[in-house]
Amino acid sequence: MKKDYLKEFPRELEDEAIYIMREAAAQFDRPAILFSGGKDSITLVRLAQKAFYPGKVPFPLVHIDTGHNFPETITFRDKLVAETGLELIVGLVQDDIDAKRVVEETGKFASRNILQTTTLLRTIEANKFDACMGGARRDEEKARAKERVFSVRDDFGQWDAKNQRPELFDYLNGRIRPGENVRVFPISNWTELDVWNYIREEKLEIPSIYFSHERPVIERNGVLWPYSDFIFKDADEVIQTKTVRFRTVGDMSCTAALASTANTIEQIIEEVIGTSVSERGTRLDDQRSEAAMEARKAVGYF
Amino acid sequence: MDVFRIATAGSVDDGKSTLIGRLLYETNSITTDKLEAIERASQRKGIGFLDLSLLTDGLVAEREQGITIDVAHIYFNTPKRKFIIADSPGHVEYTRNMITGASRAQTSIILVDARKGIIEQTHRHYFIANLLRIPYVIVCVNKMDLVNYAEEVFTKIKNDFLKLSANLSNTQQQIVVIPVSSLHGDNLTTRSEKMPWFTGEPLLTLLEALPVPAAPGKFRMPVQLAIRPRNESHHDYRGYAGRISSGKISVGDAVTVLPSGRTSNVTGIHKNGVEQTMAAYRESVTITIADDIDISRGDMLVRSGEEPVLKPEHTAFICWMDSQLLDPVKSYLLQHGTQRIKAKITQVNFVQDTATLQQLAPAGGLKMNEIAKVSLKTAKPLPADAYHDNPANGTFILIDEFTNNTAAVGFFE
Repeated sequence: MKKDYLKEFPRELEDEAIYIMREAAAQFDRPAILFSGGKDSITLVRLAQKAFYPGKVPFPLVHIDTGHNFPETITFRDKLVAETGLELIVGLVQDDIDAKRVVEETGKFASRNILQTTTLLRTIEANKFDACMGGARRDEEKARAKERVFSVRDDFGQWDAKNQRPELFDYLNGRIRPGENVRVFPISNWTELDVWNYIREEKLEIPSIYFSHERPVIERNGVLWPYSDFIFKDADEVIQTKTVRFRTVGDMSCTAALASTANTIEQIIEEVIGTSVSERGTRLDDQRSEAAMEARKAVGYF
Repeated sequence: MDVFRIATAGSVDDGKSTLIGRLLYETNSITTDKLEAIERASQRKGIGFLDLSLLTDGLVAEREQGITIDVAHIYFNTPKRKFIIADSPGHVEYTRNMITGASRAQTSIILVDARKGIIEQTHRHYFIANLLRIPYVIVCVNKMDLVNYAEEVFTKIKNDFLKLSANLSNTQQQIVVIPVSSLHGDNLTTRSEKMPWFTGEPLLTLLEALPVPAAPGKFRMPVQLAIRPRNESHHDYRGYAGRISSGKISVGDAVTVLPSGRTSNVTGIHKNGVEQTMAAYRESVTITIADDIDISRGDMLVRSGEEPVLKPEHTAFICWMDSQLLDPVKSYLLQHGTQRIKAKITQVNFVQDTATLQQLAPAGGLKMNEIAKVSLKTAKPLPADAYHDNPANGTFILIDEFTNNTAAVGFFE
């Protein structure tokens, strides 16, 4: 059954997000945008351009690079940086692996996703960022549903769910002690559909992997894994070429492909609406346990 | 396209989670993988049906303790509207969460168990909805299936509620009472066949149809920051960025900057790089003015002739939100709009019992979750309005300067 749905982006959400970004610029000395190359962080870049027009965006982009990216994402990132003139700061997970600060997982389901936290915290500290803006949304996952717009993290980047500041009306309290920092989530109240409607109405460019294309994949437990040098293949597993797209931009080692022929934003929206798997359901990192996201957030994840 | 914000509150076991779960379920807002997860969890708990309350079940930390500790945000939409629910637990010890959840709501949904009728919690929930002057209150008399869908049970509860609301002050509030069964879906998204005597709309139809409440108040815009590009194409540009908290403004209007009192005229309103001639309530804009006046974060733009009275002494209702008691010796940082200044509570006039409406004598400092009428003094006069005239410019928060916690929220009288 095809659902009828909201076909317009509620503009109030843009006003709210711009207000939040301006608060971040005003309340912090060194704010940054965490940029993954995914649709949510692309949305943040457009909002930042609007919020400070005709002035410059007062934030650099920070990319935590696992080294397991889709090459299309990196191409897209570099083009966006060149076009917008924004500063890009890259934190490499490989540097933490080489320094033996983290140890790579091994085996068939190994992923570098969990290792990003160390690199993120190191990058925040090295650049003295006191606020990092992220594209996380409360509709993604239940741990995120209780997240604040200004979410205070301690010296170790940790999130204390039980001890959060209440956020009332439009007030955002960003006062912190030295060493603490704040994660800022301007699009907290958007849903996946809102983001897609925004991308459509604003005619934003997005990486090509969101659209249908042919790609070698391995089928495991009913999930299509994109085949690359980053994943281990058992001898009995078969590489097949399928017509797929991706619903989120993560690592090649932990983002499932979706069999799809959608190659316009409109078709993607139809698919998102008619779809029966939530967005996080295509992220293999969240399927490890019911509380996977909560546990990762507690130790400093995005 | 509207965004409609709802606050829900209820007591333990009054079926609030099931009601929200059913709204999500029947508006197709739940994906298959989430449904499968709650199916598995329902089976683990030994329940024979789909336990929709599990959809709003929270964090591991909460489940371990069997409680809900905070405000959760839940989203759903219909082709007509986007809805945001701020769901908070209903215990007396969670007053601060209820106020937080209700702070931006246009509608409050209060649940009443049909078997129990109006209880102390109902009084507390309604007190908060009334204190915050939420435009609509929808009372869902739930579990009608357990009282055989009897009209007289509903009518009695409805009358009791209307009597209770008549004791409080806010007469502009619109109250609707609906008999529902969230477990069976009666009167939630479709009209119940079991209650033909009820002629009103089911809950979702009502939520889709309620007009977005008009925002009262004159033009107020707290300045967030000044935008000065200093580039070639905008060499002398100086714009003031902010979100209009109430009223509207047009190019050509005379404006006054508070607290300085300097005046000028609006020469441009920019929104997202596009010029417009007018802007209104809730819009994030950048305003340029004719004269070179010193304006910075913390200042407020108002239309000339519509200035609020600047005063340093105030009375207000506050809700204490910090685990540290209110200390009358200590000063706090008061944030109003984008301005933060020192403030001191000079007197706690009375502590409000939100159930009996009694005004109690204050006993020492205020505790977390207590609501009180206080007198306070600010280091500088504030351009605030009374909450009942202009809710958007009539609130403040108190921040503890040492812990940085948000210690209280207040409503100016």
